[in-house]
Amino acid sequence: MPKKRVVRSVVTSLAKCPTGIRGFDELSIGGLPKGRPSLLCGGPGCGKTLFAMEFLARGAMQFNEPGVYMSFEETAPDLARNFLSLGIDINDLIRHGKMAVDYVHVDRSEIEETGEYDLEGLFIRLSNAINTIGAKRVVLDTLEVLFSGLSNTGILRAELRRLFKWLKDKGMTAVVTGESGEHSLTRYGLEEYVADCVILLDFRVKEQISTRRLRIVKYRGSSHGADEYPFLIDRDGISVLPISSLGLNYAVSRQRISSGIPRLDEMLGGRGFYRGSTVLVSGSAGTGKSSISSCFVDAACRRDERALYVTFEESPEQIARNMKSIGLDLDRWVKKGVLRYYAVRPSYCGLEMHLVALYHRIIEFNPKVMVIDPISNLGTVGSKTEIKSMLTRLIDYLKMKRITGMMTDLTHSGDPSEKTSEDISSLVDTWLLLRDIELGGERNRGMYILKSRGMAHSNQIREFIMSNKGVDLVDVYLGPAGVLTGSARSALEAKEKAEEVVSRNRARRRIREQEQKRKALEAQIAVLQSELDVAVGEEEAMTDEEKKRLNGLTRERDDMARMRKANGNSGKRGKPKEGRQK
Amino acid sequence: MKVAPRQKKKPVTKVPDKDVWILRLYVAGQTARSVAAFANLKEICEEHLAGKYRIEIIDLFRNPTLAKGDQIFALPTLVRQLPPPVKKLIGDLANAERVLVGLDMKPISKAAEKARKR
Repeated sequence: MPKKRVVRSVVTSLAKCPTGIRGFDELSIGGLPKGRPSLLCGGPGCGKTLFAMEFLARGAMQFNEPGVYMSFEETAPDLARNFLSLGIDINDLIRHGKMAVDYVHVDRSEIEETGEYDLEGLFIRLSNAINTIGAKRVVLDTLEVLFSGLSNTGILRAELRRLFKWLKDKGMTAVVTGESGEHSLTRYGLEEYVADCVILLDFRVKEQISTRRLRIVKYRGSSHGADEYPFLIDRDGISVLPISSLGLNYAVSRQRISSGIPRLDEMLGGRGFYRGSTVLVSGSAGTGKSSISSCFVDAACRRDERALYVTFEESPEQIARNMKSIGLDLDRWVKKGVLRYYAVRPSYCGLEMHLVALYHRIIEFNPKVMVIDPISNLGTVGSKTEIKSMLTRLIDYLKMKRITGMMTDLTHSGDPSEKTSEDISSLVDTWLLLRDIELGGERNRGMYILKSRGMAHSNQIREFIMSNKGVDLVDVYLGPAGVLTGSARSALEAKEKAEEVVSRNRARRRIREQEQKRKALEAQIAVLQSELDVAVGEEEAMTDEEKKRLNGLTRERDDMARMRKANGNSGKRGKPKEGRQK
Repeated sequence: MKVAPRQKKKPVTKVPDKDVWILRLYVAGQTARSVAAFANLKEICEEHLAGKYRIEIIDLFRNPTLAKGDQIFALPTLVRQLPPPVKKLIGDLANAERVLVGLDMKPISKAAEKARKR
C-alpha cells in the first residue's frame, strides 16, 4: 500500500518542460513531459520541424536549456536559413553553445549492409553533442529516414527501443518527429516506442482553405486539452490558442461607453453601451453600418482607448478616406497609436485560423473596443454552424477580456430584417437595425434599436443622417400621414411651418382688429366723457348762477322789505318763488 | 586487435601509389562485432588486394567527434576512402559477397582499370 501511494505522488507531480510555444504550454498544462521523449507526428508540411525547432530555440533562449537538433532530412545550413526568417538565429545559438545541430545523412544507395550492426554511431554522436553543450533537450527529426535507409528493420527497431530508453536515462526531454501513416499515427509505428506523449499536427484543406490543427492524442500522467486546436504559423513561429468556448462566468461591467453618436446614446437610456457588451449592427447595403462602426471607434479613440478595426471588405486607406467624407479623421488615431486595423480577406484562411489570428491581434494590441466589419463575409469560408461556433467563441473571448465589440452584418433586401445570416442575434447584447426607408422616390436610412439588454432603450425609429459634419440621428416625422423621412419629412415640416405662419398671422390680425375695436370704443368713451364733463360743468355753472340769482333775489327782497319795513312773514313768501324759478 | 596509427583525415601526402586502397573501419570499443569485422576485412583484403591496401581503425569511443565527418551512424562501418568514390559498408562484413559488391572490388580487374584510366 505505501508503495502505491509513492507511485501516485510521482505521477501527479509529473515534471513538465515548458516549450515556450505560445498557447501550447497552457494547453498541455505546463509543456512536454520532462526527461521523456514525446512523439510529434503529422503529414508533410504540417509544421513538425518548426514545432521541434521552436521547442529547442525557445528552450535555449527563454529557459536556459541547451538543445541538440539531430536532423535526418535538412542540413544545418539549410535549417539555419529556413529559421532565420522566423526570428530564430540558429548559428548564433550554436556560437553561444546553446544549440548543436547534427545532420545525419542516410542514403540507401550509398550503404551496403554486410552483416550485423547497431546504431552505436548515432548514440555516440548524440552523446557527444549533448555532453559538449550540456543539453537538456533533444530533437530527432525524423528517425523514419532510418527506415528507408536501412533494410534490417529488426535491428532498427531494437536499436530505437534502446535509443529511447537511453534518452530517458539521460534525462533528456526529447521530441521525436514522425510522418503520419495511413492506419497508424506514424508510418513506421514510432508511437510504439514513445508512449508518454503523442502530439498530432494536421494540415487540412477544405474548400481551398487550409487550416492547421494540433491535438494532444495522449499524455500519460497528465490532464490536457483534448480538442483539436488550430494553430498559426507566422513570423513569430507557432501559436496555438486554446479556443474552446470559455463558459459564461465572466465578470460584467456596469460602466457605460458612448457609441460616438450622442442621439444614439440618448436612445440607449442616455448613456450608451455597456462596456464589454457586444453590439450587432445589421442592415442592407449602404445603410451606414461602417459609418456607425467608425463613429464608435472614433469615440473610443477620443477617450484614449485602443481600438481594433477588423475589416473583411475594405482596405484601411479606403475606410479612412470614406470616413473623412463624414467628418471623421481616423488617420490621426492611427498615427497616435490608439487605432489599429486588421484587414484581411475572409478567403485568406479558414474560420478557425481567422479566430486564432483575431486572438493573436487582441493579445498583441490589447484593445478596449473592437469592430468587425462585416461578419457576413465569413459566409464564404464556412457554414452557418461553423460561423456561429466561431463567433460564439470570439464573443466569449471579448467578454472575458471586457472588450466592447461591434459587429456589422449585411442583410439582403428582402430578407426578414429581424434575422441575421449567422443566427447570432441571441449572442449579442445590443442590436441596432438599420433600414432603408423608400418613400417619395428616395431612400433614407432609419435606425431602430431592436434590443439592448439591461437598459431602458428607445422604441422609436430615428432617421439616420450622414453629412460632412458627421453622423446624426433625427426624429422622423410622425403625423397623420405615417412615418416620414428625408425630403418628405422636410417637405411636410416646411408645410407645417407655413401653415403655422399663416395661422399665426391670422391670429395676430384678429387681435389687432379687436384692439382697434377696443380703441374705437375707448375713443367714443372719451368723447362721451368730455361731453359729460361739459354737461356736468354747465350744470354746475347753472346751479351756481341760480344760487347767485336766488341769493340776489333774496337780498333784493330783503332790501325791498327793509325798504318797505315789512314784517316777519316776508321770508315765508319768498320760498314758493324760489321753487317756481327752478 | 592492433589499432593502426591513426592517419590524418585526408591523407594527401599518401599518393605514391594510385593503386593503394585506403579503408577506414569505424568501431566503438573492442566488441565482439568489431573484432569480427576487422578479421573479416583483413581476410577479404588479403585475398583480393594483397599488398595494395591500408586499414585505418577509428575507435569512436576515443574520438567521438570523428563520427560526424564520415556520417557514421551504424557500427561497425567501413569507409573506402581511396580509390574514389567513397563507399560505405555497414555491418560486421560477414557477408563477403556483399563486401565485394559494396567495395566495388572489380575495378581492380584489367578491364575496369582501363576504364578508370580513361
